Amino acid sequence: MRRAGIGDALHLVNVAQAAEGEEFHAPGPGDFEFPPLFGEGTFFTKPMLVIVLGSLLIAGLFYLASRRASLVPAKMQFVGESVYGFVRNGIVGDTIGHDGRKFVPYLTTLFCFIAVLNLSGIIPVLQLPATSKIAIPLFLALISWVVFNYVGIRRHGFLGYFKNMMFPPGLPKPIYLLLAPLELFSTVIIRPITLTLRLTLNMFAGHLVLLLTVLGGEYLLVEKGGLLAVASVIPFAFSIILTFFEAFVQVLQAYVFVLLTALYIAGALAEEH
Amino acid sequence: MDGTINGSLNMIGYGLAAIGPGVGIGLIFAAYINGVARQPEARGVLQGIAILGFALAEALAIIGIGLAFVLS
Repeated sequence: MRRAGIGDALHLVNVAQAAEGEEFHAPGPGDFEFPPLFGEGTFFTKPMLVIVLGSLLIAGLFYLASRRASLVPAKMQFVGESVYGFVRNGIVGDTIGHDGRKFVPYLTTLFCFIAVLNLSGIIPVLQLPATSKIAIPLFLALISWVVFNYVGIRRHGFLGYFKNMMFPPGLPKPIYLLLAPLELFSTVIIRPITLTLRLTLNMFAGHLVLLLTVLGGEYLLVEKGGLLAVASVIPFAFSIILTFFEAFVQVLQAYVFVLLTALYIAGALAEEH
Repeated sequence: MDGTINGSLNMIGYGLAAIGPGVGIGLIFAAYINGVARQPEARGVLQGIAILGFALAEALAIIGIGLAFVLS
């Protein structure tokens, strides 16, 4: 039952103009399916294009930053060094500590890669966060999974690593029956899954919300007309506000991904307490 | 005006499921603000911990929206 109200009043106003316009289709997972860019049969799609452009951008920026490295940094060098310094002091320094120096290059690359691919979601023309396709975060999470398990096994030996993980000392014996399988399950299986899903679905949901506001505003403006066309100001204004919010979320998610990877590495390296 | 509503009940389920992480994230940032208000110089340490807690609580909401789209 539709409730009579202002909606119906507005509906009456523009029945004449709209005359059964096209129905509104809410954006859904289908909006993330892209056909090949160069016609049927080729494999190169838009997310791939975003990845290639993003990789080139990062490589170019860091090449420019390190080309003429000097003691007194020039503009580009300063940008590169502040990103590197942020990861080294802000993430690795607080979690892994002094042992973490050798992981800083990997974590910086990871941070830049994820941040750039996320931010492609709000860059005009591209407007697709490539990380909303699950393959990319999944692969990054698998790399992180291999890294933290590998360094743990290197440090403690194969049995020692799993003993460290599953049997933290100082607990009453029966607790281990419950704790050991849980720890194993959470470290080996849940960690890569949550890393993947957190990044993918944040980008997915954020992109969906942006699409909804923009398409909704466009529908009101183009299909409905009349008074509702004036009302389309509201979804358009929200699309602008949400774009800034998305920019924040996208950088935050890159930070979270790298922070969690650093924490997992720190956990794998930690000695028994 | 035949009174039908189209859409997926999954999304209502997701809305309900998001209450929990929402409350959780609110509590985490409330604690963070409290901590910084009491001891402003601890901000740097608390920030990392707060964002970590936020990420872990948010994972639940994120898994929820994933399942809302996947299960049908």
